[in-house]
Amino acid sequence: MAGSGSAQLRPQDPKNDVLLSVKDLVVQFPAGRKRVVHAVSSVSFDLMKGETLGIVGESGCGKSTVAKAIVRLVDITAGEVIYDGRNLAALTGEELRKVRPRLQMIFQDPISSLNPRRRVRDVIAEGLAVWGDDISSWSRNRVDELMDAVGVEASYGARRPHELSGGQCQRIGIARALALEPKVLICDEPVSSLDVSIQAQILNLLQDMKSRYGLTVLFISHDLSVVKNVSDRIVVMYLGKVCEIGSTAEIYARPAHPYTRALLASIPEPAATVEPREGDIGDELPSATAPPSGCRFHTRCLHATEVCQQQEPVSTQLGDADHYVACHHPVEVQLKSRHP
Amino acid sequence: MLSVRDLQVRFATERGTVNAVNGVSFDLHEGKTLAIVGESGSGKSVTAKTLMNLLPRSAHVSGEVTFNGQDVRALAAAGTKHFFGVQMAMVFQDPMTSLNPVKKVGEQIAETLRYHLGRSRSEALSEAQNLLTTVGTPEPERRISQYPHELSGGLRQRVVIAMALACQPRLLIADEPTTAVDVTVQKHLLDMLDELRRERGMALILITHDLGVAHGRADDVAVMYAGRLVEVAAAETLFEDMRHPYTEALLRSIPRINDPAHQRLDPIPGNPPELIDPPDACSFAPRCDYAHADCLDGVPELSGQLGQHRFACLHPTGGEDSISSNRDTPRSGRD
Amino acid sequence: MLRRRLGISFWLAIAWLALMAFVALFAPILPLTDPTQVAFGGPRESPSLDAWFGTDALGRDVFSRTMHGARISLAVGGFAIAFGMLIGGGLGILAGYFRGLLDQTVRFAFFVLLSFPALVLAILITATLERSLLVVSLTIGILAVAPVGLLSRASTLVFAEREFVAAARVLGARHGRIIMRELLPNVVIPMGALALLGMAIAVVAEGSLAFLGLSVAGDDSISWGKMIVDGSGLRDLQNAAHVALFPVLVMFVTVLALNFAGDRIRQHFDVKELAF
Repeated sequence: MAGSGSAQLRPQDPKNDVLLSVKDLVVQFPAGRKRVVHAVSSVSFDLMKGETLGIVGESGCGKSTVAKAIVRLVDITAGEVIYDGRNLAALTGEELRKVRPRLQMIFQDPISSLNPRRRVRDVIAEGLAVWGDDISSWSRNRVDELMDAVGVEASYGARRPHELSGGQCQRIGIARALALEPKVLICDEPVSSLDVSIQAQILNLLQDMKSRYGLTVLFISHDLSVVKNVSDRIVVMYLGKVCEIGSTAEIYARPAHPYTRALLASIPEPAATVEPREGDIGDELPSATAPPSGCRFHTRCLHATEVCQQQEPVSTQLGDADHYVACHHPVEVQLKSRHP
Repeated sequence: MLSVRDLQVRFATERGTVNAVNGVSFDLHEGKTLAIVGESGSGKSVTAKTLMNLLPRSAHVSGEVTFNGQDVRALAAAGTKHFFGVQMAMVFQDPMTSLNPVKKVGEQIAETLRYHLGRSRSEALSEAQNLLTTVGTPEPERRISQYPHELSGGLRQRVVIAMALACQPRLLIADEPTTAVDVTVQKHLLDMLDELRRERGMALILITHDLGVAHGRADDVAVMYAGRLVEVAAAETLFEDMRHPYTEALLRSIPRINDPAHQRLDPIPGNPPELIDPPDACSFAPRCDYAHADCLDGVPELSGQLGQHRFACLHPTGGEDSISSNRDTPRSGRD
Repeated sequence: MLRRRLGISFWLAIAWLALMAFVALFAPILPLTDPTQVAFGGPRESPSLDAWFGTDALGRDVFSRTMHGARISLAVGGFAIAFGMLIGGGLGILAGYFRGLLDQTVRFAFFVLLSFPALVLAILITATLERSLLVVSLTIGILAVAPVGLLSRASTLVFAEREFVAAARVLGARHGRIIMRELLPNVVIPMGALALLGMAIAVVAEGSLAFLGLSVAGDDSISWGKMIVDGSGLRDLQNAAHVALFPVLVMFVTVLALNFAGDRIRQHFDVKELAF
């Protein structure tokens, strides 16, 4: 697994609905002594207009780095991020700033993502203030509307973040991101630091906001159940590479990549489409400064052969389904469900 | 083996008294696993720390804790050595907090053995290596001379577990042992804990926020909310015939892997309550679908006897009482 | 909330500082005797109803001189730390936010400043330039730049990593706005606490310069440091310890109040973000 390739990309054609397209994205960080961390290595995928695309993988797989690279919070080493006919990776200065409102982000830690010294209203209105809609009545209405939309009482407007719960802070983070009417909303683990009983509130809210404001969503999470619940299509990543891309139905019904299957088998109540023993892949994640040769997953893979050590797999389509896998030995789908 | 009776823990803070744990009672038998499930602030971790005598001095504790006939709180008060960490041991969520970053992991395990069991240095080191093998560490002979930062999160947690197991405890308390690790690692750690418990006949208290972790690994499950036990039952009973609305709502609110995609979730409205000056009422009532007016008159007691299916609710779900409970009581407002 | 947590002793310290500031501002128009009037009383008279703190070797009123001395002592302290905050704090925030080459350069400059013997630097500047209030203040201010700058850099680093700064960038906020709106309000709190502590150090530093004869020049410019020097000759100490004692006492209480208030403010805001 963990291969490159771009078979999953749609042709650049104004007729299809590709809103954002990531091509051969590479992000490397210096790690001292001339070594580099290969955080993201040649990742390609499309984001279709109106869909929710989930990116799932374990820590260190590069999923958050992909998100941050798209909004240019980290430097892109190579590759393209095409949005609206323009390569975001090549934009700088004012040009980049002008595109920013179109792509907004929701962060993992709702407390850390709000400035402790600012009041809730100011936080939500920040985007409007940046773009010149000062304290006009129009923006005041807009802030009221947003607070109402995300379910935060208007009376909380004068409070500061530390007076609110984690769930409320995340609602405010969502309102802030929506203030500028973005086209793409990137959610980086938006519920993983929330209490269990609050997660569903926020997931439902994101769903509501998506239909209300016509958003396209890139949803990053380590939680396979959450990703399944929200996504139309899913990208599975491992150690900076894409393993498998496909529609949610395909990925969960016919997981083809051994890593995807291991993930599905590892959760406390495993998915019905895999055997629990497929989760026995050991717990040694290889170093991202010296990733394994060939397929990056071969050191843990139950099916690895010699070719996996030498040659990097390229993503290929499975039949004619919306399902692409980068693996030399994809698991043939037998649909042997443990629960007939 | 372990029996806890009417445990209460309070902290005095600047904003008032925090009622972290309120009247918690349970029993745990040799070789069994008890899962304590709850959200942050439910009192599950404070309960565990009370058992291990790890609370700060500012905590005000009352109630009885008996372990194999010994009064644990009296042992703690007397400053007894070689009890905590020997007869019962604990594993924490973040392995880095329990490991000394500037000491080799082998020495850290050996230190426990030398302090509690009086082993010589070389004995302790070779025993440490055996322990690392026991907890499923690959290449234990190499690991023993590595520093914590050279290990992955999963391996670190294995080292911490090895340290906890060093003195052959009869009870292991694992406080969110897998929250900081990835799902593939989580599976290995939980499997390993389960196996060790079976081999050694030791009892295990597994503290978690994840009902899924409790499912299939615990003999008994205790659900905590706002410092109280709200439902205690054998695991199968709890998952198949839950009676407390909170347990039900918690299970319903999380997306599950075998549910169809895009299923609308059924969240629990509102937020967990504050623990400062709680009202004399069911603490879940403001968020409960089944709440009636009488839920606000006093805190409901846990029903039934110890060892039975117990729940603290006036209008439990499921069972025969469910006819009397209706869902037309309006929900209190969100947030 | 502020009042309850900070406690009565904090407000006592603030009250003392307010009193000193008031005296310093209005000394010329307060009903005080002329502090430079020689032979206001006899030389080295003990405290009396006429001269509350007694008189010095030239028969000048020590009370009036102490009150007037607050002007220069506090002004030097205030100017010095304001300069340190402006230059050091500003550079620290820029270094902590932009990182990279700028950070390395600024840090290098700070370390050079820190490793230069402070006293030698102070003597060098005040001995070569005219010893005006401004020069003395700036001299001490330059010494404050590096410690203040390192603190502001460190706390900027902490906040610049936080997601709200990333959120502001994603919204399209320019660097200037992020620094002013997101970072400054957070960094200014620990800096404010440090400013009070730094002012205390600066007041003492002025006293030290005075001992070297390098405080503000001129007989009519009175400072606590110069008064203490005046009163610490052997004959004064033996026969009229009050001449040095009173300015020492006032300086001591002021420095104590500054330290205490600064420390309480730091503590107060430290706990602010902890939920519970």
